[in-house]
Amino acid sequence: MTPPRSALDLAAAIRNGEASAVEVLDDYLAVIDAHDGEIHAFNLVTRDAARAQATAIDQRVASGEHPGLLAGVPVALKDNLCTRGVPTTCSSRILDGWRPPYDATVVTRLREAGAVMVGKTNMDEFAMGSSTESSAFGPTRNPHDTSRVPGGSSGGSAAAVAAGFAPVALGSDTGGSIRQPAALCGVVGMKPTYGTVSRYGLVAFASSLDQIGPLTTTVADAALVFDVIGGHDPADSTSLDRPAPRVLSVLDEGIQGMTVGVLTEFLEDADADVVARTRQAAEACAAAGARVEEISVPEVRLGLSAYYLIAPAEASSNLARYDGVRFGLRVDAEDTTAMNTATRSVGFGAEVKRRIMLGTYALSAGYMDAYYGQALRVRTKIIEGFARAYRRCDVLLGPTTPSTAFSIGAKVGDPMTMYLSDVCTIPTNLAGHPAISIPFGSGDDGLPVGVQLLAPALAENTLLRAAAVIEAAAASMGGSRS
Amino acid sequence: MTDGWVMVIGLEVHCELKTTTKLFCGCPNMFGNEPNTNVCPVCLGLPGSLPVLNQKAVELAMAIGTALNCDIRPSTFHRKNYFYPDQAKDYQISQYDEPINVDGWLELPDGFRVGIERAHMEEDTGKTTHVGATGRIHGADYSLVDYNRSGVPLVEIVSDPDLRTSAQARAYVTELRSVLVATGASDGKMEEGSMRVDANVSVRRSADDPFGTRCEIKNLNSVRSVGRAIDYEAGRQIALIESGDRVMQQTRHWDEDAGRTVTLRSKEDAYDYRYFLEPDLVPLVPDADWKAAVADALGMMPAQRRARLADLLSDAGSVTDARTEQVATVVDLGLDDLVVEAIAGGIPTALALARTANEAATDPEAARQLDTGSYVALLSMEAAGTLSATQAKTVLAELLAAGGGDPSAIAREKGFEAMSDNSLSATVAQAIEGNPDEWARYCAGEDKLAQVFIGQVMKSTRGQANGKAVVTELQRLRG
Repeated sequence: MTPPRSALDLAAAIRNGEASAVEVLDDYLAVIDAHDGEIHAFNLVTRDAARAQATAIDQRVASGEHPGLLAGVPVALKDNLCTRGVPTTCSSRILDGWRPPYDATVVTRLREAGAVMVGKTNMDEFAMGSSTESSAFGPTRNPHDTSRVPGGSSGGSAAAVAAGFAPVALGSDTGGSIRQPAALCGVVGMKPTYGTVSRYGLVAFASSLDQIGPLTTTVADAALVFDVIGGHDPADSTSLDRPAPRVLSVLDEGIQGMTVGVLTEFLEDADADVVARTRQAAEACAAAGARVEEISVPEVRLGLSAYYLIAPAEASSNLARYDGVRFGLRVDAEDTTAMNTATRSVGFGAEVKRRIMLGTYALSAGYMDAYYGQALRVRTKIIEGFARAYRRCDVLLGPTTPSTAFSIGAKVGDPMTMYLSDVCTIPTNLAGHPAISIPFGSGDDGLPVGVQLLAPALAENTLLRAAAVIEAAAASMGGSRS
Repeated sequence: MTDGWVMVIGLEVHCELKTTTKLFCGCPNMFGNEPNTNVCPVCLGLPGSLPVLNQKAVELAMAIGTALNCDIRPSTFHRKNYFYPDQAKDYQISQYDEPINVDGWLELPDGFRVGIERAHMEEDTGKTTHVGATGRIHGADYSLVDYNRSGVPLVEIVSDPDLRTSAQARAYVTELRSVLVATGASDGKMEEGSMRVDANVSVRRSADDPFGTRCEIKNLNSVRSVGRAIDYEAGRQIALIESGDRVMQQTRHWDEDAGRTVTLRSKEDAYDYRYFLEPDLVPLVPDADWKAAVADALGMMPAQRRARLADLLSDAGSVTDARTEQVATVVDLGLDDLVVEAIAGGIPTALALARTANEAATDPEAARQLDTGSYVALLSMEAAGTLSATQAKTVLAELLAAGGGDPSAIAREKGFEAMSDNSLSATVAQAIEGNPDEWARYCAGEDKLAQVFIGQVMKSTRGQANGKAVVTELQRLRG
């Protein structure tokens, strides 16, 4: 396979007339046709609509218009992003047959920037999972080793980018669902600050944690996509009312004089080969002029338990609307309540049911304060812990995941072990901060390793400058990736 | 029935806010449209949709809080989780432990103050119609849901348990309705569901006893039902206790046709709503300037407006029960400004009040639009005797239909030339001639027989004569 072209290069080539959007699309569709049967990154490839969009881009170029920052760039969308008239399933049977009457705000912004939407990617059902195995439509396979999982829940998006099906995909990250599969598939995955990217049209899992972000082959592409999809949206009340981000333009400014804190707790949780890569990434930061120190934020150890109360609690409410009354699956029964029960029993998979029950319990009378209330107090503690760290450090560094990609089926029967895959990514979501996973060499098994950078709220500029340094160091290591 | 017993009543009134659009989306807030036409992804609860708070709804909620003498405070929204087909998201967004308005009061016309615990914002549900023999969910063949009402803004006004009789409860609902209309927040149309009342009722042997176990009665859609349901429910509870039984805490449904309450669910079956902070919305913190702007824009409340008219009546020395009733009518219909302006224009207080409460009130909508100059001119003609009462009423009907006009021109068109004294004398003389016995008794001092002659004169002039002028003529002839 030739090295994938970045979205930046592709868009430039298409705008300059050096490449045609339709030809670019056809190249990617050919790769999809050849390999997606095995990988199963997509739930749906929107071939005809994509070709129509690409044709329109070529016409705009021909007529001398500026077709946008992502002109002609194929983009894959996680199947929990609403697309007008195009099935949006969340990889669940319960949304069977539903076609949203509207586009998510990010989809509109991508379209306005000239992107070409190629299809909807597979995911853990309702984004609940870390391996894409809880999809009702079967698992996605890791393009680096098809016996392994791609991670999750945005496993289809990560696999699509890793397999060369699209240079850009969007995912959603509630507890690591962009960064963890990015790490396992060897691509860049970014979770922006909560409130910088509109959630309007993202099918909610846990509203106070969900955030949409890019999966790309380069840090610069992540910055480019973030610049396109970010910025205030009046349709999302939690969207921050500030100017649209402009991260791409500062990427090359380096990290001279910054302080990079290597997060002790994340290292303690990770395998030796992953720790080794993380330490190499820290050395690369030092070599680029940053001060590197190890720092402890003990509160992050509480993240996993708090998350598995807060996220299911919100999910139990967010998923109540799948009742068979207005859209999606309906399993008929003798009365409304029986119909609700039958629909939800058939429509939801085991992991979704498990989390709805967990969340319902955590919010129920008599238990609410001990579970949900306590989890919210822990959340505050974690925010305070990070605040303390960021008084000393500009960014924090650690592994994205404790290990490289595990085998399909290995953790399906043991939810607690599966949940531990997200131990390094969850604290950021609870704090609402931005973070990014950058591919950094490989593990002892030859599979990709991702290192993660964390930054305080709205410090995407700092975050991506440091990410660019680590990306360059990874490229110069060259051969370490087998 | 309630001898020796004391009722304790607290009311929860749901008021639909008269906004152009719904609470969390841009759909029209309209009653009576084709089902499921005023809907969008947000009020249908479609996956991925998010609520955005309507600023106008917040302002109306603040206006209600101001009118009810509440503290307006920083507030938050919660989710109240329960499954029901007309509940689009299967949760309702409502204010819970931090409502926008708290700790107010409403003064009833008799001066009694009812405490207001809170007046919070929430969204309305859709409307389910059960199709089948019973019209209720049990035994229905199928059910239809209309989401036009889904997401319509509501303010729920919760009173303290201060009310002690059903009459007081009716007075509270009536007064609250007037206040809500006066704030511009509500059209007050109970029959269209713009205002819906739930009553919490308990009984005890004496005012010194602790509160008894209460029942909540739902489905009270008129002031009359409020009174009937409370009386029925108190009677039911008293009968239970007197027969040695006890009252169970329940939610009960008022059956208007049967005139009784029936069990909906008991305390044990109460939903666990699993309230938690709505993560899709941010806290609402009105600043001092905003609160002041809302307060400044608020007109006079009904109590102040009644006091204003009562003062004018008492200045004129013409306070009677009937006139106090008329004051309540004109204030309730929003016609009190018309009365005040007429009095300021020199019209006798009693006449201004009577014409407004009796005649203008027949078409309050038109009366509120009426040009006050035309109204004052008309009443001046009546006061001066240029027009009879009957003629004045006919001209008023014309003015209401046209929104105003020149009353003297209308009177001329109608042929309402004031009768000259000569022709009136002749007509009166004819009436005396035709009723010699009555005339003799009138001359002997039976003043009320003047009515006989007035009646005769009116008959022969087809109501054109001025009654007062007839009496003057009779008195002149009697000497």
